[in-house]
Amino acid sequence: MQRRHLLGRLALTTAALTALATGLAACGGGETPAETPSSAPGAQYPVTVGDITLDAQPTKIVSLSATGTEMLYAIGAGAQVAAVDSTSNFPAEAPVKPELTAMDATAESVASFAPDLVVLFFDPGSVAEGLKALDIPVYLTPAATTIDDSYTQLSDLGKLTGHADQAETVVAQMKTDITEIVASAPKTVAPVTYYWESDDTYYSLTSTTFVGSLLKQVGMENIADAADPEGKSFGYPQLSVEHILASDPAMILLADTKCCGQNAETVAKRPGWDDLAAVKNGKVVALDDDIASRWGPRVVDLLRTVVAAIPAS
Amino acid sequence: MSTGARSSARPRWIAAGLLAVGASLVLGVAVGPISLPPLRVAAELLDHIPFVDIDSGLTPTEANIVWLVRLPRVVLALLVGAMLALAGGCYQGVFRNPLADPMLLGVASGAGLGATLFITARAAGMPAAQGVLPIAAFAGAVGALMLTYLIGGVKSGGRNPTRLILAGVAVTSLLSAVQTYVQQRNADAIRQVYSWLLGRLSVSGWEEVLTVLPYVAVTTAVVLVMRRELDVLTVGDDEAAGLGLHPQRSRYILLAAASLGTAAAVSVAGLIGFVGIVVPHIVRLLAGPSYRSILPLSVLFGGTFLVLADLVARTAVAPGELPIGVVTAFAGAPFFILVMRTTRQEAV
Repeated sequence: MQRRHLLGRLALTTAALTALATGLAACGGGETPAETPSSAPGAQYPVTVGDITLDAQPTKIVSLSATGTEMLYAIGAGAQVAAVDSTSNFPAEAPVKPELTAMDATAESVASFAPDLVVLFFDPGSVAEGLKALDIPVYLTPAATTIDDSYTQLSDLGKLTGHADQAETVVAQMKTDITEIVASAPKTVAPVTYYWESDDTYYSLTSTTFVGSLLKQVGMENIADAADPEGKSFGYPQLSVEHILASDPAMILLADTKCCGQNAETVAKRPGWDDLAAVKNGKVVALDDDIASRWGPRVVDLLRTVVAAIPAS
Repeated sequence: MSTGARSSARPRWIAAGLLAVGASLVLGVAVGPISLPPLRVAAELLDHIPFVDIDSGLTPTEANIVWLVRLPRVVLALLVGAMLALAGGCYQGVFRNPLADPMLLGVASGAGLGATLFITARAAGMPAAQGVLPIAAFAGAVGALMLTYLIGGVKSGGRNPTRLILAGVAVTSLLSAVQTYVQQRNADAIRQVYSWLLGRLSVSGWEEVLTVLPYVAVTTAVVLVMRRELDVLTVGDDEAAGLGLHPQRSRYILLAAASLGTAAAVSVAGLIGFVGIVVPHIVRLLAGPSYRSILPLSVLFGGTFLVLADLVARTAVAPGELPIGVVTAFAGAPFFILVMRTTRQEAV
């Protein structure tokens, strides 16, 4: 009871402060309302997605999800984005607020932007609950485990932001591209084996994860699958070096080029790694950590990079 | 048990310790996530002795696994385990405090902060090689140690070692707070920080072995030479001075040696808890309270313990890895309780 009471008071105070801040901004008056984008044709409000109902097209979206930000811009809702968190580094024009961090954001810090829609992917601090108390709608984009999850999130964001048609176009384009890439993959007698490196302590991912499932579609075989058969590491096991060396994967995919400064040369210098087929045949592929860990439309580029490097048998 | 019986028991415990080290080394090299015929592994190792040329029959990849992955890792676990246990025993004697361990005095949190700052700076775009990470951790450990000594009042020459422990506690919480802050501001580097904190034996090679070897050698030599002084110190400073020793000087030489060794171990292996506190206590319960036994036995059994713990970390979820810190805590705590309950009270 005490906790509820406190929360309620906190929410009231925050609401009052927000109202005050908004009022002050309005009194300042310098801003023209012209920056509000016109509704895309066909956008109907109120719109309901899941348990969120929006009465009007959102014009001050706050995104605390790097993937969410990429999706919003991809479907043409970028002009409606007011603030994005410190990890949202793509596209470059997204209005990054370094003080907004997805890991430790509070309802208050988010509410200070007076958003009319908040996009979250991860909510350890119960930000969503606090925002709901303030009547600010929250859309969650949890980490996708399949490409269909991505499509759903894109469609949902399209409906919510008034860009349903553009979202469907993006999804359709992604589907076409992926089908094409899968078809273009070289036909090998045996599946191409690969080792995916998430960091330089040999954390990897299995075929049950988002990226892993895409590479499986291409017909690639993941050497990490043996390490987490029941999904107890949620598809992200740490591999033993002995296993990596003994598996001798045909390809090594580095998703730790930014975090850990890894590249083909650093891999070749590791003890015992210079004898691996992937190293000898130049099949150590450097990927962009950011794209490799997100589930937005750019995953198509990632897939294209990997498939282009598949050794022809 | 009389003193005479105990001192005659010491060589037997040393022999047992040497046997344990030998057995754990053999087991550690013979067993791994990839199963290899033990005889061929032995042949492969003999092949590396100068002027010995044996065809082990292993494929080049398997030979690499034995010589470049498994053996250096086992050797490093031995060195780090020996170092942490020796330092733990040393701290317990110097502070006359059974709860003292290498992670005290801010060494661990300093190393953690050094590593965290390095990882986040590199994530922010600072160009630096991975090999610099141990140096950053080492600098952090030594920096924290100096801060602790400064606050603890080395110059004031306080006879109460509790001051230094309290300073260590204060420095530890300050540095931990700074580390948490840095982590929160750099969420993208957080996983790397944690994987470092949980132990880095899994990515070690001969390079790490060569990095710690000099420190381990110097520390072990200094501490073992001074083991008699440690026995006298436990009686009391006045008694030690009466016996012609300089208790304060001995204390700081021992602390500096143990801390330097710990910093070196932590900088290559990450933070591995429990070894420094459990091993010396178990040794004490088995072989008696004299530091002349505790210190050398801590070296032997500490090394053995970490080699075996790492064996579990490598094989329990093969081909995956368990964090070694989890294994040491999981195995160490119940074993400690078992020894405490089955040994006579007076030995504690």
